[in-house]
Amino acid sequence: MLNDSDRIFTNLYGIEDWSLDGARRRGDWDGTKDIIARGRDTIIDQLKESGLRGRGGAGFPTGLKWSFMPKEEAPGRPHYLIVNADESEPGTCKDRDIMRHDPQKLIEGCLIAGFAMGAHAGYIYIRGEFYNEAVHLQAAIDQAYDAGLLGANAAGSDWDFDLYLHRGAGAYICGEETALLESLEGKPGRPRLKPPFPAGAGLYGCPSTVNNVETIAVAPTILRRGAEWFSGLGRPKNAGTKLFCISGHVNEPCNVEEEMGIPLRELIEKHAGGVRGGWDNLLAVIPGGSSVPVLPKSICDDQLMDFDSLMAVKSGLGTAAVIVMDKSTDIVAAIARLSHFYMHESCGQCTPCREGTGWVYRLMQRLVTGDAAIADIDTLEEVVGQIEGHTICALGDAAAWPVQGLIRHFRPEIERRIRERGKRAA
Amino acid sequence: MPTLKVDGIEVTVPDGSTVLQACEEAGSEVPRFCYHDRLSIAGNCRMCLVEMEKAPKPIASCAMPAGEGMEIHTDTPSVKKAREGVMEFLLINHPLDCPICDQGGECDLQDQAVAYGRHSSRFGEGKRAVKDKDIGPLVQTIMTRCIHCTRCIRFTEEIAGTNELGSVFRGEHTEIGTYVEKAVSSELSGNLIDLCPVGALTSKPYSFTARPWELKKTETIDAMDAVGSNIRVDSRGREIMRVLPRLHEDINEEWISDKTRFACDGLKQRRLDKCWVRTDGKLAEATWDDAFAAIAAALKGVDGKSIAAIAGDMVECESLYATKALMTALGSPHIDCRQDGAALSADHRASYIFNSGIAGIEDADAILLVGTNPRAEAPLVNARIRKRWLDGGLPIGVIGPQADLTYDYDYLGAGPKTLDDIANGKHPFSDILKNAERPMLVIGQGALARSDGAAVLNTARRIAEATGMNADTWNGFNVLHTAAARVGALDLGFVPGEQGRDVDGILSGAESGDIKVVFLMGADELDTRRLDKSFVVYQGHHGDVGAHAADVILPGSAYTEKAGTWVNTEGRVQHAEAATQPPGDAREDWTILRALSEVLGHTLPFDTFGALQTAMIDACPILGLVDEQTSGNWGAFGAEGTLGTDIFESAVENFYMTDPISRASPTMAECTSVFAGEKTDKTGTDG
Repeated sequence: MLNDSDRIFTNLYGIEDWSLDGARRRGDWDGTKDIIARGRDTIIDQLKESGLRGRGGAGFPTGLKWSFMPKEEAPGRPHYLIVNADESEPGTCKDRDIMRHDPQKLIEGCLIAGFAMGAHAGYIYIRGEFYNEAVHLQAAIDQAYDAGLLGANAAGSDWDFDLYLHRGAGAYICGEETALLESLEGKPGRPRLKPPFPAGAGLYGCPSTVNNVETIAVAPTILRRGAEWFSGLGRPKNAGTKLFCISGHVNEPCNVEEEMGIPLRELIEKHAGGVRGGWDNLLAVIPGGSSVPVLPKSICDDQLMDFDSLMAVKSGLGTAAVIVMDKSTDIVAAIARLSHFYMHESCGQCTPCREGTGWVYRLMQRLVTGDAAIADIDTLEEVVGQIEGHTICALGDAAAWPVQGLIRHFRPEIERRIRERGKRAA
Repeated sequence: MPTLKVDGIEVTVPDGSTVLQACEEAGSEVPRFCYHDRLSIAGNCRMCLVEMEKAPKPIASCAMPAGEGMEIHTDTPSVKKAREGVMEFLLINHPLDCPICDQGGECDLQDQAVAYGRHSSRFGEGKRAVKDKDIGPLVQTIMTRCIHCTRCIRFTEEIAGTNELGSVFRGEHTEIGTYVEKAVSSELSGNLIDLCPVGALTSKPYSFTARPWELKKTETIDAMDAVGSNIRVDSRGREIMRVLPRLHEDINEEWISDKTRFACDGLKQRRLDKCWVRTDGKLAEATWDDAFAAIAAALKGVDGKSIAAIAGDMVECESLYATKALMTALGSPHIDCRQDGAALSADHRASYIFNSGIAGIEDADAILLVGTNPRAEAPLVNARIRKRWLDGGLPIGVIGPQADLTYDYDYLGAGPKTLDDIANGKHPFSDILKNAERPMLVIGQGALARSDGAAVLNTARRIAEATGMNADTWNGFNVLHTAAARVGALDLGFVPGEQGRDVDGILSGAESGDIKVVFLMGADELDTRRLDKSFVVYQGHHGDVGAHAADVILPGSAYTEKAGTWVNTEGRVQHAEAATQPPGDAREDWTILRALSEVLGHTLPFDTFGALQTAMIDACPILGLVDEQTSGNWGAFGAEGTLGTDIFESAVENFYMTDPISRASPTMAECTSVFAGEKTDKTGTDG
């Protein structure tokens, strides 16, 4: 279990003052100037050494991502830092707490990240529904400007950096980095084709890097406390601490910062008061937000929570949003609800996702009641396979994976429903 | 120049090519819906997925830049599966209405479903239905068929430049439309029909009239404007069913204007299919013999100096040559092809053609438009200017009508004074032209067909000479014509001979009685009231202005009914084929002239079309160089004179009605009422 002294988010629950003064008392903005004085390459190297992987879901090494930005700014092509605060993944609510209770961590991280990638401007794209969070964050940005921590010669670092807050309009797809860029440019949120990648041609065609709120917010602390400290936590290639969002059928749903690689059972029992009705009442867990495949209890019993361990069981850490379902859950209906979500949130740009998500949802609906043939399960599996990997962005994959997880682990349950309904009809 | 392997075949493709282009180069066919050569890449249909070694997922070949050493596979089971999957997705919500769909037989979805799809559907849910949109009188929408490839959106955004289509809603509710329902106002909108890979956008006038396999396809040349678009005329029996574009990179690329495409229904209306002779002030049907006899009687004893001929705007070179030959035989020097009175002479070819060529617009780095609205006069020239403008770094100045040209321009002034300022280097734009490497001036008939036209032409020539437009390797002095016949007529010297009268002279001669007989060779853009006192022979295909004024009407052929040579505004010679027969008693124009000449005792020296063509080419060798754009000689054209103060107006007021055919076309009439401000629908509060 993570020691209190190793916690990065010391005001995660909003018990203390969220303002700049409070943040400074907790150590934020301490020696920011000195960190920046280390220089761009050192900062990126230290981040690489720390083993920090992106916290938005894909787990791409952050230091490596920053290093993709061009070293020199081409004339007329400024660099941009974009913070993805469009936290919309069902089950996830970590960025929200960072922004309302510890916003200065994010702002300080923006300055350092901006410097490290040669950006003089940063945009925080915040989910439209997060109204109060946007108000808090804007207030925190204003406080930082007033204290000279942003703007010209930010924090006395000789680096000019402006930070803007942009509110989205409430589309899940705008959390996809290129759709986010489109939306930020004022266009409909539809993902772009890659290549070119944002580091080459991003916002307004200029080099840009899009990072998750948590990734940016942990960067200053890592650089302050040293890469070794961070990489000493967690497991190899899955270093550091991570915010977990535990929801569903637990006694005390919560957000909690824990070490990477913590056993799932320990996470739930220590921090979330255990599964409702005891561990044996557990049916399944979605370990990383709605996009990742569900895991049945048999796997959950001794599952570690990090990128690679979850990958090994054909699921994923995603945003580390742990959705717990006890035995009262209609698992087919639960996944069907997710299918509806993806159908609703598909941008409609490319064929497999636009047409496939609707088909999947309608098939799922029939599987909930058993109004189907056994062969329909195979059709469903093939249809999601036709979506997966064939789309412009990862939403197609995200729509496919929960269904694949369901079929992989709960096929007997689906078949039982079909047979029973068949018997009733006969 | 990256070299890559496609299905084991090594190909080298130009820099900037895509994997899809490399696959084509290697001879591997890649199916696609959203990809189009002339539009930006959308990559959204996912039909072109191929396998790339070292890539975890199949890649969209249309969007992936070809890279050195790539290994692409288009024939693996995973590619086949991906294509089948996409095909299945496209079809689940596509209606099975091929038997009643106008796209049937020429539908990309149909063809590719056969080639790449599964044999049957596994989709057992309800299909989506989408409400149709009314986007004007030309394009019919059946939105349920839409596969959301967004070609139409990209066309209006990029080529047409009107930004009228977009997609609304998202996911499976995505719809293509104008958001607020309106008619798509682009004069290139018909191309949407060709671009749509399915039957979602089809031709409204052509709806449910024919199937592609029952049509005879004739490749020919358009005559609705002076661009000379390459077209394919589809006919069934004697009826023209539709007109489609043909590829010609230097002229129309693969687009045609809406007038070219849709005015063809005018070929079925108001046709002259019999001879008519005016007796006792009223026109009466007549036989060919009666008509010729009436003309012979009128000409009896009339001196050649009292006979005149005016050529119209839709006459092919052969007939013009025959007309000129007949007039020469009759001893008349009074011939003219410049109905509008444009101050162009036939002396210097460079003074009356679009010297740089239409494709040359893409090389220009500064353009001055004088007295022209190219969007109405030649939409494809305008589209080319927009294409060049989109590339950036193109200053465009306009003197004359201030219209929405679909690109930004500097409005310099309205009339000759601004032109004079530029010629005298007093205007900042003259420096822009001087500093440009390949400056261009486009002068329209609106600046030339006026009393000071020769002085305007002279001023334009001075600008061209002062800014280096007439260089050895570049000639940016461009005259934009609106009449398909004009350049050919000028090449043939269909202008007043020695002591001959021009159009205005002929008309005033007719008023004063000096001119007794006037031949109107398809000339309809005249003030025919001035011909009241003379004997008028009209030869043409439509009962339009000229025919109404005639004493004898000889029914001729429209441009789709006769073979012949046309010269477009660039001076490019092209050969047209006859798609159908002229109606009723109407004949090919040259045969009428040949027959008449015999009756008049001046038999023209050719008995076949071939002999006529040979004689014409002997007289004017340029006309033998088919599909070549011959440059012309430069000289001191134009004339010194006082520039007037009237502002320049466009020669075309209403794009949809410029000639006898489009004036007779019901479709063009509908377009006129929708787009040209003629309001038909009134609401309760409106009057």
